[in-house]
Amino acid sequence: MSPLLELKKLTYQAQRKMILDIPEFQIETGEFLGIMGPNGAGKSTLLKVLAFLDQQTSGEVLYRGQAIPNGNAPLELRRKFSIALQQSLLLDGTVFDNIAIGLTLRKVPKSIIKEKVEQWMELFAVSHLAKKNALYLSGGEAQRVNLARAMIVEPEILFLDEPFSALDFPTKIRLMEDFKGIIEEAQTTTVFVSHDLMEIHFLTTKLAIIVNGEIKQVGPTPRVLEHPNSSTVSFLNEWKKFYPVAR
Amino acid sequence: MDLLIDGLKKAIDMILSGDQEVFAITWLTLKVCLISILISTLIGLPLGIFLGLTRFKGRRLLLMFINIGLGLPPVVAGLWITMLLWRSGPLGGLTLLYSPTAIVMAQILVSLPIVTSLTCTAFQQISEKMLLQIKALGATKVQTLWLLIKQLKIAILAAIMAGFGRVIAEVGAAMMVGGNIQGDTRILTTTIVMEVSKGNFDIALALSFILLSVALLITAALTFLQQRKRIS
Ligand SMILES: Nc1ncnc2c1ncn2[C@@H]1O[C@H](COP(=O)(O)OP(=O)(O)O)[C@@H](O)[C@H]1O
Ligand SMILES: [Mg+2]
Repeated sequence: MSPLLELKKLTYQAQRKMILDIPEFQIETGEFLGIMGPNGAGKSTLLKVLAFLDQQTSGEVLYRGQAIPNGNAPLELRRKFSIALQQSLLLDGTVFDNIAIGLTLRKVPKSIIKEKVEQWMELFAVSHLAKKNALYLSGGEAQRVNLARAMIVEPEILFLDEPFSALDFPTKIRLMEDFKGIIEEAQTTTVFVSHDLMEIHFLTTKLAIIVNGEIKQVGPTPRVLEHPNSSTVSFLNEWKKFYPVAR
Repeated sequence: MDLLIDGLKKAIDMILSGDQEVFAITWLTLKVCLISILISTLIGLPLGIFLGLTRFKGRRLLLMFINIGLGLPPVVAGLWITMLLWRSGPLGGLTLLYSPTAIVMAQILVSLPIVTSLTCTAFQQISEKMLLQIKALGATKVQTLWLLIKQLKIAILAAIMAGFGRVIAEVGAAMMVGGNIQGDTRILTTTIVMEVSKGNFDIALALSFILLSVALLITAALTFLQQRKRIS
């Protein structure tokens, strides 16, 4: 069976500079994939290409074995994915309307929207904020609303770009625990970009290390952390000084 | 002070007695200004949105001209329209000079840059990331546009109000291209200028109160639209 999403001979260049160079890469159904690497490694760019929100310079992105026209993914395909970024980017309006937006844009009937929004507000513990303006929330609340907004469309793949990195530690821990439970329950395939080993260790089942636009190592998260290869060892060891997660 | 009170009394008198001429002048003022701002909005809003959201060669130059237009003196606008509509001018055949249409044209010229520029400024402040997020939420191009217009409703209505303020206050161009012809192109501002020059301060004051009321009512209506349903 073909992987859910696959990259073949992919490159991404900006102003003649090579940002991504990935001969091959797969995302399988049901996995919680972490993408870790230093600042400027190309993580955000990779996420945008995978989610059909940016165009590669060359190579292919395949969805269930089918090559998708570069920069021209059909709307129905884009609507199978969700994305949440570091900034919550909520709209001026109620929390309820913000969480509902994906369904509103998909023209889902109002009664179903109401039911689903209530369900997802409950899961992310923001029901009490339903009528508040989303622009006046705290960082943690805003990110809960952002994640609920992404999850409500029940995406085939959820893409996350450092969604926890702007939160203070206790807020982050609480949200990550809730979030982990929700993803396990929904069994959503998730691609999670982070430069934080603690987050990666806690959440992901598979890990890809990207440095200078190249994927240097991929494998089950514990194995990658315990046995970094020659090109990832220096990056991972820097981290392990502070988080001795894998011995 | 006495003059002010006399003026106010006269204004109320004029309105209550149903002075035909005052009514006609006020009605024409309202009609001309609303048509001008409507057309400026219909052109300036899409143009401003386009300039705010896209990047193309020549965009900066175009924006510069529009921004120069922000300070376009109404008499200059009036002069241009007059030359355009003059008997031997390019559009002279239409015989529009000294008609309400000519006033509308001049008012569009002075308000269009305001509506366009302020709309553009608002849309330009939408970040790349926000546009990406909206697209990722599953919005089509049309849905994105609609969402952004709703998000920027306050700024858009402010742009329209600023344009309307210019139009209702404007007198130089209306005088020049309209000619202040009784029963035809006489509007509140031009009548006030005329009455002052005749030394009829009470009538001028009375008319100024009517002008202020019209401006106030329209702006209040737009403000209501702007501030309605704000959630805290
Ligand atoms: N549109 C662009 N033009 C030029 N450089 C870009 C562009 N997008 C990204 N880059 C560069 O690509 C590299 C990777 O960026 P990014 O994917 O944001 O990295 P990360 O998310 O891992 O920090 C950076 O060096 C960045 O400066
Ligand atoms: Mg990044």
